[in-house]
Amino acid sequence: MTSTTEQSQRSGINVARLLMSFGPLMFLALLIVVFTVLKPSFIDPINIFNIMRQISITGLIALGMTFVILTAGIDLSVGSLLAFCGMVAAVVAKGGTANTLSLSTSGAQGYGWFAALLAAVVVGALAGGVQGFAITRLKVPPFVVTLGGLTVFRGLTLTISNGGPISGFDASMRWFGTGLIGPVPVPAIIFAAAAILCHIVLRYTRYGRAVYAVGGNAEAARLSGLRVDRILISVYIIVGFFAGLAAFVLSARLNSSEAVAGIGYELTVISAVVIGGTSLFGGIGSVGGTVVGAALIGVLQNGLQFNNVSSYTQSIVIGLILILAVAFDRWLKSRVRR
Amino acid sequence: MPTAEAIAPSLPLLAVEGVTKRFAGVTALSDVSLEVRPGEILGLLGENGAGKSTLLKILSGVMPPSSGRIVFDGVEFNPHNPQDAKRLGIVTIYQELSLIPTLTVAENIFIGRAPLGRFGLVSWRKMEVDSRAIIARVGLDLDPETPVSALSVAEQQLVEIARALSLKSRLIIMDEPTSALTETEVQKLMSIMGRLRKDGVAIMFVTHRLEEASAICDRMTVLRDGRLAGHLDRDGGPIKLPKIIEKMVGRAASELYARPTLRDVAGDVRLSVRGLRTVRDPQAPHAIVLEGIDLDLKAGEILGVAGLVGSGRTELARAIFGADRIAAGTITLDGKTIAPETPADAIALGIGLVPEDRKHQAIFAALGILTNFSVAALGRYSNALGFMAERRERQALASYRKTLSIRMASPEQPIEGLSGGNQQKVILARWLARDPKVLIVDEPTRGVDVGAKAEVHQILVQLAGRGIAIMMISSELPEVLAVSDRIVTMRRGRITGEMPGIEATEEKLMELMALDQTQEATQ
Repeated sequence: MTSTTEQSQRSGINVARLLMSFGPLMFLALLIVVFTVLKPSFIDPINIFNIMRQISITGLIALGMTFVILTAGIDLSVGSLLAFCGMVAAVVAKGGTANTLSLSTSGAQGYGWFAALLAAVVVGALAGGVQGFAITRLKVPPFVVTLGGLTVFRGLTLTISNGGPISGFDASMRWFGTGLIGPVPVPAIIFAAAAILCHIVLRYTRYGRAVYAVGGNAEAARLSGLRVDRILISVYIIVGFFAGLAAFVLSARLNSSEAVAGIGYELTVISAVVIGGTSLFGGIGSVGGTVVGAALIGVLQNGLQFNNVSSYTQSIVIGLILILAVAFDRWLKSRVRR
Repeated sequence: MPTAEAIAPSLPLLAVEGVTKRFAGVTALSDVSLEVRPGEILGLLGENGAGKSTLLKILSGVMPPSSGRIVFDGVEFNPHNPQDAKRLGIVTIYQELSLIPTLTVAENIFIGRAPLGRFGLVSWRKMEVDSRAIIARVGLDLDPETPVSALSVAEQQLVEIARALSLKSRLIIMDEPTSALTETEVQKLMSIMGRLRKDGVAIMFVTHRLEEASAICDRMTVLRDGRLAGHLDRDGGPIKLPKIIEKMVGRAASELYARPTLRDVAGDVRLSVRGLRTVRDPQAPHAIVLEGIDLDLKAGEILGVAGLVGSGRTELARAIFGADRIAAGTITLDGKTIAPETPADAIALGIGLVPEDRKHQAIFAALGILTNFSVAALGRYSNALGFMAERRERQALASYRKTLSIRMASPEQPIEGLSGGNQQKVILARWLARDPKVLIVDEPTRGVDVGAKAEVHQILVQLAGRGIAIMMISSELPEVLAVSDRIVTMRRGRITGEMPGIEATEEKLMELMALDQTQEATQ
């Protein structure tokens, strides 16, 4: 009789697993069909590439957030950190904090795009590391630490920039935001490459296994010899790194680093991860899911806009989808556990 | 001896009649009957897995029985939830205390029924005055405004009892109330129990501690393997320990475990512990403090560590494994002094631990069997760049699946879908993948069904045969007797005795586990 219960549980889990990984994907396909029927030009390559460009910024951060949420953590500071890293990148690119407010490419004394990129990701990673340190060593919950970070990084941004934007970068830097390789926007390529990299890390490396283990059961992970604190710190470094990378791409695209950039991004990012099936309780989720989640939000936003639905209504729809996605996930799990 | 006849007629307050409880094919409780009279302390005794907790859950309304009948105060009693039981005056005080630590003593006592004053607002004054009187009844003298988190475990227990009294309880069920208490605190609790008895309250005292049970109980009901093993009455004097032990141990239990032939173990000392002490950790106030442990573990030997709940056996394992901080003492492994500060340190040195609480400390429930298997040996199944060598990993799992006969569907199957026995085999495989020198197994067959128990035992014997030094902690004596080459007993953070496995009997071990300093008595 044990074997029969095992049997039924086994097949139940398989069906649920299938739904859990393909549910969001099926929903995404459905949305694309619906929007295309409503307005066939929705499916035009130009619009599709446009969507890809739109989702790449929050998508990049969502990749990092996937690591954090897999460990049952959260990072609310990413929007502010994005603004801060963007400002740092701008200062490096332009060679000073002087707010020229000029849109001319007069960054003659600047250090070039590479230094700007490096500065953005290093500062992002460091900021993440500091937060990770506070979470593990000071034992302050991630929600609180990163809520503090949200305020601190915004304040730092405003301090550097004096409240205004720093604008006007040279063409080589702008290419990362506005360039095309063939027909594909550069930000979309960066996002895709990063997603593949993250997928490989989580799925095929020792480190990836450790991240799932820590999120699945931190005490069991510790008793299995994993250095739980180090792994926790590392995931905040990763999300910080991606906030820096996203900041660089965003500044390049807008040709400006705004002090008010990224406000509310943490919510979009977390939504993408959660809609993608990653459990807020840790241990369950995937990069593929996050990409689908980010795409879902992007398609929804774009499609609604395409059909002249106001941005107010968009917010309502996206919020409801988030709740439904998690409710569906819960329902599936409760079906399995029975 | 306080007598009940003045207050109570001999009509039972609670009568359990032929209660049976089945879970998904397993019978946890089979045709159990007992009675508790007003003004009487009934001891409910039995080894782990005897069915005590199941019975308590039924009585307190957590779950219904599968069959049988319960009569309380002459009326059939069918609680649907704990509130039903409480309303009738049956209060259960569990081992894990249920007070809310952030609230004050008074707030906890009056939780959900705060006295109201004018305008229907809470009358804090009345609450304070009343709670002072209530806690005085259990001999507590403290400010009712103290937050519960500031109290000792013993004080918290008394507050729970006080709350039970203020609920006009007629039957108080105490589940292992003394396991976290010091000797003096136990004495105090006993005298309060005596006073309650005089007041006509019926008490059901669930315990492992035979001396305490013997000292206070008027009658005892003993369970064994989910069945009634018998009732014992106080006959002029306290119920004698040997009589209790005989009932608890029985004859049937030992037939389940075939005793292996004694193996010739002449290995060198692998692990040596001297003067190991810990201090009370404010984060874990229930943990037992180790009071100077000396222990040797030889290569190829299975050392059984027998002890009741609260004996410090798990704490000993955790201290050696680097999971808890050590205050004093030395540990040597193969002659070299080691000081593991984290489990990772201990694992790197060649020590493995199969923890007691599989669900919370060992398995990653939602993750696949493969991940569960290799988590402690990720370094062995990955290349220099950090990529998993998944083919090697899968081959290793496949070979353990065969040798340990792990019944599973696929390496990706979440481990929570496996039976307890198969989960435990995966955890054993986790450590075998590291070729440990020392393997500590804590309650290796808890939550494992009978058939798989024997398999786990065989695995342990085989591993010892390969030269691994095994320390097996268990509160199931038949298990300790079945596989141990040598046995030590623990009680309250101390080692109370040692004997070769071949000489040990359940009676001898039970005495050493239950009593202080009685080595002479065994030989």
